[in-house]
Amino acid sequence: MENLIEIDNLSFSRSGRLIYDDISLRIQKGKTTAIMGPSGIGKTTMLRLMGGQLTPDSGDIRFKGESIPQMRRKRLFEVRRQMSMLFQSGAMFTDMTVYDNIAFPLREHTSLSEDLIKTVVQLKLQAVGLRGAAHLMPAELSGGMARRAALARAIALDPELIMYDEPFAGQDPISMGVLVKLIKALNDALKLTSVVVTHDVTEVLTIADYIYILAEKKVIGSGTPEEIKNSDSPLVQQFLQGLADGPVPFHYPAGDIKQALLGSNS
Amino acid sequence: MNWLAGIGAVTIGKLSSFGRATLMLFGAIIAKPQFIKNVPLTIKQIYAVGVQSLLIIVVSGLFIGMVMALQGYTILVGYGAEGSLGPMVALSLLRELGPVVTALLFAGRAGSALTAEIGLMKATEQLSSLEMMAVDPLRRIIAPRFWAGMISMPMLALIFSAVGILGGHVVGVDWLGVDSGSYWSIMQSTVDWDKDVVNGIIKSAVFAFVIVWIATYKGYDSIPTSEGISKATTETVVYSSLAVLGLDFVLTALMFGIE
Ligand SMILES: Nc1ncnc2c1ncn2[C@@H]1O[C@H](COP(=O)(O)OP(=O)(O)O)[C@@H](O)[C@H]1O
Ligand SMILES: [Mg+2]
Repeated sequence: MENLIEIDNLSFSRSGRLIYDDISLRIQKGKTTAIMGPSGIGKTTMLRLMGGQLTPDSGDIRFKGESIPQMRRKRLFEVRRQMSMLFQSGAMFTDMTVYDNIAFPLREHTSLSEDLIKTVVQLKLQAVGLRGAAHLMPAELSGGMARRAALARAIALDPELIMYDEPFAGQDPISMGVLVKLIKALNDALKLTSVVVTHDVTEVLTIADYIYILAEKKVIGSGTPEEIKNSDSPLVQQFLQGLADGPVPFHYPAGDIKQALLGSNS
Repeated sequence: MNWLAGIGAVTIGKLSSFGRATLMLFGAIIAKPQFIKNVPLTIKQIYAVGVQSLLIIVVSGLFIGMVMALQGYTILVGYGAEGSLGPMVALSLLRELGPVVTALLFAGRAGSALTAEIGLMKATEQLSSLEMMAVDPLRRIIAPRFWAGMISMPMLALIFSAVGILGGHVVGVDWLGVDSGSYWSIMQSTVDWDKDVVNGIIKSAVFAFVIVWIATYKGYDSIPTSEGISKATTETVVYSSLAVLGLDFVLTALMFGIE
């Protein structure tokens, strides 16, 4: 199977703190790959590394065989037209209507006439069920609608790769179901490659073709949903079952509580 | 020795921040400017930055002109020189108060809004989102705001001075009874186009450059949290006000200092 993105021996640190220590991942073309892990582990960071917004300390990230960290800015911008990212907050431009938001990448990167742009925008909005909301401002949308509108914008230029940053976080069960259905449908209909970053275990098991679980700066488990479910790694099982304590400790590293409460004078 | 290291760290911090600010400015307005694409965006920003500041500028200009006429009259009348009220009001406004007070008001009204707006765009991932859409946020977001400020401020300063001169007329002529003819004619013969009007415009262009640079940089470089943005907004107003007052002294010395 062909890989769209290959990450080799990547290390990355931020403000002097190591976030990734020598990890490698593969994103297969046409598949949905999920990257899971507890909050703050660096999932968003991983997507930004893939999009070339951050540069790794060492290791390589290749998009279609071409090294992203070594690209010049101009080439990076060309490559970014083939990828698209759905940000956690949606990141709709707050000073434009939903329609203009979705028309934005088309106006920036194509020379389509306004008539054609209108057609494309309506098709994209129809795909996410928001054609009736074209005239609204982003502030007037509910959280779930904003994320769907952002999705319509993300697919406006028919990218090959979509990266979803926690698409289900903070969604009610209905919009969660809608988003799951949409991500699946887009992947099948448009033959996209999807990377979904999330910590919602149940949703991911239904949409992902392949799963990576990150913890403690490493990949602690990877495989198809079946393989992950049957994994005998205690770390993976702790994450899947949502156990509070286990190999990943409940407590942030701290001294002995007796000492802290009774004071050092005892 | 710790305090020495402290001074060093602060200096390095300030210098690297100045470096980032310069890079931002360079990326936004010098490297490959996109004039055609930027025109509609800049016009939109002139509305937000300039037109929206108009009311506060007009009201302040009016009151400052009125106060100056009142103060000036009480001083000049002692020497029987109240006929020179016109040039006194006009010169103070064109040379000093117009550019400086406009700049201070502009920093508070438009500068803080620019910082907060750009900071929020950063916090809501709109800037990252532009990057990922292969659109350079420096050119798309920073550049139009920068040009809008550069274009609006000198105009606002002129409007401020003009309204102030009218305010001076209202108080000096209509109320205190200075002769209207001498208010205008002595003003006309005293005010020099190059020395007074053009120098005032140059001043406000320099102030505009500094304010918009500080405001956009502070927004762009803010820590994208609520405290980060509120801190950046405050810093914009403080730093740009201080910069305006300091630069005003330097510029005045250069323009009007004894040769
Ligand atoms: N701009 C930044 N500067 C410094 N550290 C950051 C920055 N952004 C995120 N981090 C840190 O990097 C770590 C990973 O963040 P992130 O990728 O957002 O995690 P996740 O998306 O998995 O919740 C976090 O511990 C966070 O504190
Ligand atoms: Mg995140």
